[in-house]
Amino acid sequence: MSSELYITQQIINAISLGSLYALVAIGLSMIFGILRMTNFAHGDMMMVGAFGTLVLGSLNLGFGWAVVGGIGIGALAGVIVERVAYRPVRGAPEVTLLLTSLAVTYILENLGILIFTSSAKNFPLPDWMNSAFQLFDGQITFTQINLLTVGLTAVALAALGWFVTRTDVGLGMRAAAEDMGAAHLVGLDVNRLIVVAFAIASGFAGLAGVLWAAQSGVVEPHMGFTPLLKAFVGAIIGGFGSIAGALLGGYLLGALEVFIVAFMPSEVSPYRDAIVFTLLIAFLLFRPNGLLKRSQEVKL
Amino acid sequence: MSRMQRFLVVAAGLALLGLFSVAAPALMNDYFVRILTVMCINAMLVVSMGLANGFTGVFSLGHIGFVGVGAYVSGVLSLSAADKTSYLPNLPAWIAGLHMGFLSSTIVAALVCVVLAFLVGAPLMRLSGHFVSVATLGFLIIVNVVLINADDYTRGARTFTGVPLQTTLPWAMGWLLLALVVLARIVYSPKGRAWRAVREDTIAAQAIGIDVLPTRLSAFVIGAFFAGAGGSLYGHYLGSFSPSGFYFAYTFSLISMLVIGGMRSMTGAVVGVIVVSLLSELLRNLERGFDLGIVAVPPLYGASQIVLGIILILIMIFRPSGVMGDLELSFGRIAALLHKGRKE
Repeated sequence: MSSELYITQQIINAISLGSLYALVAIGLSMIFGILRMTNFAHGDMMMVGAFGTLVLGSLNLGFGWAVVGGIGIGALAGVIVERVAYRPVRGAPEVTLLLTSLAVTYILENLGILIFTSSAKNFPLPDWMNSAFQLFDGQITFTQINLLTVGLTAVALAALGWFVTRTDVGLGMRAAAEDMGAAHLVGLDVNRLIVVAFAIASGFAGLAGVLWAAQSGVVEPHMGFTPLLKAFVGAIIGGFGSIAGALLGGYLLGALEVFIVAFMPSEVSPYRDAIVFTLLIAFLLFRPNGLLKRSQEVKL
Repeated sequence: MSRMQRFLVVAAGLALLGLFSVAAPALMNDYFVRILTVMCINAMLVVSMGLANGFTGVFSLGHIGFVGVGAYVSGVLSLSAADKTSYLPNLPAWIAGLHMGFLSSTIVAALVCVVLAFLVGAPLMRLSGHFVSVATLGFLIIVNVVLINADDYTRGARTFTGVPLQTTLPWAMGWLLLALVVLARIVYSPKGRAWRAVREDTIAAQAIGIDVLPTRLSAFVIGAFFAGAGGSLYGHYLGSFSPSGFYFAYTFSLISMLVIGGMRSMTGAVVGVIVVSLLSELLRNLERGFDLGIVAVPPLYGASQIVLGIILILIMIFRPSGVMGDLELSFGRIAALLHKGRKE
């Protein structure tokens, strides 16, 4: 196999994985930007979205509608969690917010176990999605799922970009992220903006969950946890609280993970996650504002 | 009460608890002895976790990382020579030749954790708020990855087995009492006041001359000592364990104990352990399903954790400082209560 083709294949893999991380990281970053909250339960919206799609799919709705419905259920779950658990502790110390979201994670994952048991469920896909493209005699391979992942991510990101720069609600969300008190003072309905932010963020996570399940073929209650941790790393590398930073960080992380396995000696690849989290700690220490700097000094 | 009287009361209390732990197996059935043993270990872990997380305000999610390291280090050291050759054939010769008793391997494990905590804490304790939580979570994940991949020492993701079952109730109780006495002395000393000052207002603490980094680091390192020792006790209680046992599920259960009881008080940590342990034990029995005669409740796996999660959220909303808040069960308080009782 020629090395250019091998590298091209790895770049394709990196973009596909990076898209998923970016989708999750963007939601995480949006919520952090507005509420200063590290939302551990964000990853579980992936699980909710994927299970939602699975259940709706079993009702013979057609796969496309099942996916749309699953994403909707993910978004709804995010809004409910915000209303029930996060709003009552809004403005509390950081640790309280963090613990509340940890508890929500714990509840959601165990609800998943209670309803669907802890064993992995098959995630059935329409046949056309599993078909693979092979170029250069199979030296470059990708599936419809890879294409769909990249395509849907691009569409979602374009829509988000339009939303936060062109609509009043989107601009309001950015204003609230900049300074919630000031946004409130100029008459923005902060509660509504936060609900919208949670709906979008959780919808994105739901989409990522469906794509993740499609790639791995299974759904299980803990499926959101590892991607969530990776999304943390991506969001922090890019600049926690910044949407563009999360996008950049997500893709960088995807590339890093793929390249560690592809180009490093095989003894190194089992330590991939250790390397990734060492990088996270290094960023927190030396560049806590991430690559795309966004002011985060404590307001006194 | 005079100093002497207090000392006598404490000594008598400790002696009574010690006596109780020795006599317990004769008085109670095995099930309760086991629950008590685990509660003692968890109490030691939660109290030591409270040093950094509660008293110093550096909310670490990495405590279980030290527990895992403690369990594995002491496990490797106390494995018998025959078990070492059969389970860990690739162990370097100098470790394979070592064989330690329970107490010495526990102390070595705790000291290894102290060194590790110093290396990890020296950079990480500069961080604050959610950043330190995320970074220490990174530490926990790194420990897990290393435990899984260091096959020669840990058998990788497979079960590490053959650790002698030496953690009896007196051992666990003894370590817990030692931890409580030592930590109470530190927490309510000038050192402990510095911890709380750093927690309440970092800038004000610096202004009165408290060096924030060493102050935070000391809480983190002392906590890690008892985490390592507790890990060794836990390992010698279980006999066989795997890296997945020292990961998020255990982290969450210790955090819920700490937070529900109240992380600004040592009494709170102990109360949290008692409440959460008894509650989970009760719920776990209900979870298996039961028959009410008329209706049979099917098994609801996961329900006990859901209840625990909901309690934690309710605590966060209505009483974020936990059941005990800042209060300790101290002589002053007991005396005040007794005095009040006599008046009425």
